[in-house]
Amino acid sequence: MYIYDDIDQRNIDERVAQYRDQTRRYLAGELTEDEFRPLRLQNGLYIQRHAPMMRIAVPYGLMNARQLRKLADITRRYDKGYGHFSTRQNFQLNWPKLEDTPDILAELATVQMHAIQTSGSCIRAITTDQFAGVAPDEIVDPRPMIEILRQWSSFHPEFAGLPRKFKLAVSGSKQDRALVQAHDIGLEFYLDQAGQLAIRVWVGGGLGRTPILGTVIREHLEWQHALTYCEAILRVYNLYGRRDNAYKARIKILVKALGAEEFARQVEEEWALHKDGPSTITQAEFDRVASFFSVSRHETLPDQDASFESARASHPAFAAWIKRNVHGHKVPGYRAVTLSLKPTGVAPGDATAEQLDAMADLAERYSFGELRVSHEQNIILADVRLGDLFAVWEGARANGLATPNIGLLTDIICCPGGDFCSLANAKSIPIAEAIQRKFDDLDYLHDIGDIDLNISGCMNSCGHHHVGHIGVLGVDKDGSEWYQVTIGGKQGSDASIGTVIGPSFAADEIPGVVGKLLETYVAHRSEEERFIDTVRRIGVAPFKAHVYAKEAA
Amino acid sequence: MSNLIKNNAIVTDEWTLVPLPAPAEDTVRKQAGKVVIFKVTGEQAATAAQIQETVIPDSGKVIVPLPVWLARKATLSARLKKGELGIWIDSFELLEPLVNCFADINALPLIAIHFPRFVDGRGFSLAAQLRTRYGYRNELRAIGDVLRDQLFFMRRCGFDAYAIRADRSAEDALASLRDFSEPYQGAVDNPLPVWRRHARMGHHAARTATVQPSHEDQVD
Repeated sequence: MYIYDDIDQRNIDERVAQYRDQTRRYLAGELTEDEFRPLRLQNGLYIQRHAPMMRIAVPYGLMNARQLRKLADITRRYDKGYGHFSTRQNFQLNWPKLEDTPDILAELATVQMHAIQTSGSCIRAITTDQFAGVAPDEIVDPRPMIEILRQWSSFHPEFAGLPRKFKLAVSGSKQDRALVQAHDIGLEFYLDQAGQLAIRVWVGGGLGRTPILGTVIREHLEWQHALTYCEAILRVYNLYGRRDNAYKARIKILVKALGAEEFARQVEEEWALHKDGPSTITQAEFDRVASFFSVSRHETLPDQDASFESARASHPAFAAWIKRNVHGHKVPGYRAVTLSLKPTGVAPGDATAEQLDAMADLAERYSFGELRVSHEQNIILADVRLGDLFAVWEGARANGLATPNIGLLTDIICCPGGDFCSLANAKSIPIAEAIQRKFDDLDYLHDIGDIDLNISGCMNSCGHHHVGHIGVLGVDKDGSEWYQVTIGGKQGSDASIGTVIGPSFAADEIPGVVGKLLETYVAHRSEEERFIDTVRRIGVAPFKAHVYAKEAA
Repeated sequence: MSNLIKNNAIVTDEWTLVPLPAPAEDTVRKQAGKVVIFKVTGEQAATAAQIQETVIPDSGKVIVPLPVWLARKATLSARLKKGELGIWIDSFELLEPLVNCFADINALPLIAIHFPRFVDGRGFSLAAQLRTRYGYRNELRAIGDVLRDQLFFMRRCGFDAYAIRADRSAEDALASLRDFSEPYQGAVDNPLPVWRRHARMGHHAARTATVQPSHEDQVD
């Protein structure tokens, strides 16, 4: 992974010093609440319902064991001994003290971590596929480009006061796992007809209050121009995006208002002035950054292992875990493993300090000391030898990290919701827990198979409910909490936005509603058809009819 | 005491800023949603009455609002020839009407960009465009809600003068111009990104080097 040089280190150290002084001035009454807000937000600090929440950046979801141990250490010393991995592939502290936040950032800086631009109206952390670098269907490892973009976007002077937050995603694989169509800018790498690496540029996708999938504004961009082109997009957005209404301030609204063609024309006009300028990425710089990710560390191994086969044959629980939590790898003899942060009864994405340390140990022993955070809020060990899988499973199981539910109904994606977040209309974690409790029969879960269930506590859609096969959204009706249900959403190359099935439900009805949706699926599915396929084939109506059918008297 | 920073020093302000009078309330109500400068951003343009009622001092150097300049070009041109006229634009206004008035935008000795609220970052892009796309080289001044925590960004976008908000210390603000010593990206003040300024380490070199975090300011 990328290693800081003295320039990187000095940048984050200077950032800590700057923030420390800003916090001091705020506490001394020299900065008003309004003046301090954007400064603390761009350093990851929200003021939440119970306490501040601090969002720590995990660039493209990649961490090393030393960094994870530092996070564990911080949760023990400055928080309540646990933290939360979010759908933005970053790490959140729920109970830090405002006065401590400069010290927390200084601690993070000692392990090359920070909380820069993890919130606020600026370019946010750039995300990608959690299997970047190991996915069998990868065209190019997207991480060097994201690291180049990360540096470019850090303290970008022109884009420190955008109309709203701005999110980029980069995909380097055939199957899009980075949600490029649901970001303000999505960069999708592909090989053009000449076999050259090119980028398809998506703009104006987003979830939130007005869910919309992005539009391609440039089909073919040479990768050297990624920075100048993004800069042109951001300049047009910064100048013309709305600022009178926060709900209409995202770039998707501007693209819609101007029309994608006119927006693209303005971008191209701006870009023409800077194309081939000094920000054009050189092959040398790309290669330098790529050298951090292309290190060859894998042994030459056969793609089978006798001890693995015999363990699988003799331990059904291990075999069940293999089926859901172990993924293909482009190097023979290696597999990627998902450590589940979704056991029943725990808020999805939460991990205790002990679990963080345990995961760091597992990474060090079995996966080159590196880990990834997925936007599904689990942790990935990307480079595990086949012969080590059994040991990893045992280690994970001993720490409550081996729930074999990846991609299943109980692998719920969920925001912190009304228990923690001041924006939320409704709680989300207890809904996730109620669903996990109702569906605790693993055989049934495996029979239902691949399904994405996403829960957001409000329109801000941190739980990505619009792209859940089943989406649950907390809404406020006359001061009480209600839940709206959508079906048919999907992430990936054939992404779609879910359809609302009808009037909303009370919290205790939701597990039953999910049950009825699954009954409808089981009744109508053809062989091998996943839930989402059935919804797409037969439409929403049969599901709706079954959910809202009057109970027979 | 002046609150104007120019070229890294606090200097006396020779210029008088001419504000637009506040719009009459009934005008706003009547025209709400109608007189909008740019249908996408949703801001209101200056009304004819505001432009008419703007009072410009008879002598000395003045910075006038863009709509007033556009409406009274004929009478103001003499002041411009004497080098006594600068123009300020608001964050939501477009640069084209300003730039199109001049064969060379450098006929203006001063352009000011108004930050209505410090979180409004449009002024950053306006400044960058004036310096790059339109080749403006004279004084570019930030006015309005100008606070020290935005100063470093403003300088990088091409500002060279900052009228610090009256209730804040310009002295303190000077320190913020030095917040970062080696920014990553190219910008107006230095178009070269960091990798064109320095030879940086690749993986092999980085693995063997040790980088020490420094929490204290470096002593030069």
